[in-house]
Amino acid sequence: MLEKLIFGNLTLDAIPYHNPIIMGAGMFMGLVVIAILGSITYFRKWGWLWSEWLTSVDHKKIGIMYILLAFVMLLRGFTDAIMMRLQQAMAVGSHLGYLPPEHYDQVFTAHGVIMIFFMAMAFVFGLMNIIIPEQIGARDVAYPYLNSLSFWLTAAGALLVNVSLVIGDFAGAGWLAYPPLSELAYSPTVGMDYYLWALTLSGIGTMLGGINLFVTIIKMRCPGMTLMKMPLFVWSCLCSLILILAAFPVLNITLFMLFLDRFFGMHFFTATLGGNPMMYVNLIWTWGHPEVYILVLPAFGIYSEVIATFCKKTLFGYTAMVWATVAITVLSFTVWAHHFFTMGAGADVNSFFGIATMIISIPTGVKIFNWLATMWRGRITYSVAMMWAIGFIVTFAIGGMTGVMMSVPGIDFQVHNSVFLVAHFHNTIIGGVAFGLFAAVNYWFPKIFGIKLNERLGKYSFWLWFIGFYVAFGPLYYLGLKGMTRRLEHYSAASGYHPFLVIAAIGAFIILCGILCQALQVIVSIKDHKKMRDVTGDPWDGRTLEWSIASPPPFYNFAETPVVDSRDPFWAQKQKQKQHPEQKAQVVYKDIHMPKNTSVGFWIGVFGGIFAFAMVWTMPLIIALAGITALTFVIVRTFDWHIDYYVKADEVAKTEAAFEKLQLAFSAQAAYLTF
Amino acid sequence: MAKLRCVLFVLISSCIMPLLSGCDAAVLNPKGIIAHNELHLMVTAVLLMLIIVVPVIVLTLVIARRYRASNTKATYKPDWSHNNLLEFVWWIIPIAIIAVLATITWVTTHKLDPYRTLTEGGEPMKIEVIALEWRWMFIYPEQNIATINYVQFPVDRQVQFLITGDAPMNSFMIQQLAGQIYAMTGMQTQLHLIANEVGTYKGISANFSGNGFSGMTFVANVTSDADFNKWVASVKQSNNPLDMNIYNQLAKPSEDSSKQLFSVVKDDVYHNVINKYLKPQSALQDTTTVAHSN
Repeated sequence: MLEKLIFGNLTLDAIPYHNPIIMGAGMFMGLVVIAILGSITYFRKWGWLWSEWLTSVDHKKIGIMYILLAFVMLLRGFTDAIMMRLQQAMAVGSHLGYLPPEHYDQVFTAHGVIMIFFMAMAFVFGLMNIIIPEQIGARDVAYPYLNSLSFWLTAAGALLVNVSLVIGDFAGAGWLAYPPLSELAYSPTVGMDYYLWALTLSGIGTMLGGINLFVTIIKMRCPGMTLMKMPLFVWSCLCSLILILAAFPVLNITLFMLFLDRFFGMHFFTATLGGNPMMYVNLIWTWGHPEVYILVLPAFGIYSEVIATFCKKTLFGYTAMVWATVAITVLSFTVWAHHFFTMGAGADVNSFFGIATMIISIPTGVKIFNWLATMWRGRITYSVAMMWAIGFIVTFAIGGMTGVMMSVPGIDFQVHNSVFLVAHFHNTIIGGVAFGLFAAVNYWFPKIFGIKLNERLGKYSFWLWFIGFYVAFGPLYYLGLKGMTRRLEHYSAASGYHPFLVIAAIGAFIILCGILCQALQVIVSIKDHKKMRDVTGDPWDGRTLEWSIASPPPFYNFAETPVVDSRDPFWAQKQKQKQHPEQKAQVVYKDIHMPKNTSVGFWIGVFGGIFAFAMVWTMPLIIALAGITALTFVIVRTFDWHIDYYVKADEVAKTEAAFEKLQLAFSAQAAYLTF
Repeated sequence: MAKLRCVLFVLISSCIMPLLSGCDAAVLNPKGIIAHNELHLMVTAVLLMLIIVVPVIVLTLVIARRYRASNTKATYKPDWSHNNLLEFVWWIIPIAIIAVLATITWVTTHKLDPYRTLTEGGEPMKIEVIALEWRWMFIYPEQNIATINYVQFPVDRQVQFLITGDAPMNSFMIQQLAGQIYAMTGMQTQLHLIANEVGTYKGISANFSGNGFSGMTFVANVTSDADFNKWVASVKQSNNPLDMNIYNQLAKPSEDSSKQLFSVVKDDVYHNVINKYLKPQSALQDTTTVAHSN
């Protein structure tokens, strides 16, 4: 009885001892965790970790933790990708590959869930967190504690996905979990519950984070920065955040309804008793389609920054770019039904959604032309970030074309759910989102860490990804036309798919080399940190405010709140200084108002994670305890009035003086070297 | 820049090579009027979009090369950031192309609507389809026979598939004849098609439906009218009836992909399966009581 109260449905049988692949992966993950914990203990870094990172509300540190999480989950999600490619390259005719269907189903489900929710979303949130305040001249986000809470909820969700690997199983119903397959009748195991709770935790985190950053942009811009003077990255983030605010509640509620079906035997989406699976499909895509723009809009913003900087030229058509972004934002809510033209809607409905979809390609096309016009008559430096941007334009043009193809219902009837579709959305998500995120890493790494990244390894990784992408997904386009549907665990030899799937697997391994190069790039750059150190704060001759402060920025970002009167304020300031080098503004430092660190976000994340785990296994006692504890933290925090402090002007002056001294020493050294 | 050229070569060849060897690709090799029109539509759409995509890619590479920092001979205009005429041009080009494509979309979506009865191919022949876990059942209400994982119909004759499911969501598809339509529990979807060539075609489920999904294929055999009638007669001669009891056995999950034939259908299996999902729970257990209504 007591055992049931504590452990619920969890028994030792939930651990898949018999499966060497899962146990191997689990043991590897366990060893890595032990190694990390061990070295933290060995180097006596627990105190530092706790006070500087886990309880930090500094937007830059939270951003870095988001990106670290994204990179770890990229490795996990990519392992799933390689496993799928291997399975499909092997499972031809009477060979059934090395994965049984119930395992293969979990692998492709986990791949999609991890890559979208815990890789791309976490990465985008990390970048927004770090860059938005720095670009709008703010010292932190609007709600620093909420920011920490958002991150820890996302991290708890990610952890839950990884726990499902070794305790129980994960969902095997596809990344969007269409009912009735995802209902209790067809998916009786805890896998679906892990899915629901992992996405609920991270979904709440994303929504809170969205509110936070949205308010930050609206309320915390420095004096002079009107909406039409915001950097384009901030604009595209603003649009993406509006989409988050509108779309994520739909996701959270839809998943909650599915949970009610499974847990309390309700019938929102069941096949029987008046439930309607088609309703779920509509709701999930009402979130799902805006989601792709939530991811790609910030990437568009990144390209705008990178292209303007490395072409040494003002971004072309700023106003058109803003309106194009806004148009995409609005239109993205009018196209969701193009994900299921084949569900039996009439020709009028299908035509409407098809045409609405292709209309989105107009503002997107205009953006591409504006980027080209920015490059036109510029001075293009082929830094790694710029190469990702050019790779993006070429790749995205193709992905956009196949997207418009599928927006025509008559064509979609043939290629819907085929690997042609798989190739298309990887074409836009890798070519659009991932390339943008990698450009951002290369572009902003010196700002975030004060270290420039190794260019040579960066270029290797670009070429390996770029070529690997075409080798991996070119064959899938063709296989889609050959009639290969997605999510096949095995296929007949007569189908003729095999050689193309072998090529696709080779492509996946080329991409793997690209990822390894990226990891190596970071490691080598940190090892050579003395040589790669950026002391100027402005390694690329940047245009926007973040480059006007030290790299890495002091915890308060701006010693003095900047005042701007143009779209590229730092560029304008540098031009002015070139003309009048003798003018130097005298700064009077003032006390700076900053938020205090808090561990509440961390603890809510921990107990939220325990609560979710207990819900998955139906452990009554733990559900109650963890739930009450998490709630208590929320309530106690609302009565805490000592949440801020002032940094004394002296300390600011000291920090700033140290930065200037470093800069002077560098320019003296540079002058000496050129002499 | 040699690298860029090399990549361009790989890119182009990877696009063209498969097309050259592509005679056996199902979508590119249609055998029915619907699939044929869908392919034609695809080619039209691609050509329309290439008008814009090819120049964009070429321009990207040309501009990227010409305005490289080391080429100091190229013009440099750091503040040039607005031009009404140019911006007008590149709003209007995509708008024009999308306007054309939207018109085509409106017309073809109505023409290729799977629910639409075709003007060609005579009076449609009805075939009822039930997606099981993980098999396909076909019931011929006019001939009063049934099959599993195998469907046969005459060439040049319009066929109306009435589709439902007794399984998670599937998608019914014979690529060389027509596009797909979902097969869902408690619902009926429709697909009209005409096969214009005698032959055997592959049928699949195009929507993931669980562990046995990969093997959920069937054979669509298109024969002459005479051969079809002969086949119906031969099926009728065997003594292998289908009723709700037998159906309930067949509806259990199975990855058996072999073909089965039933000489006579005793209950209105198809509508019973649809109704089964519309009933209150108490009636769910017993669906055999519904009378044969054919």
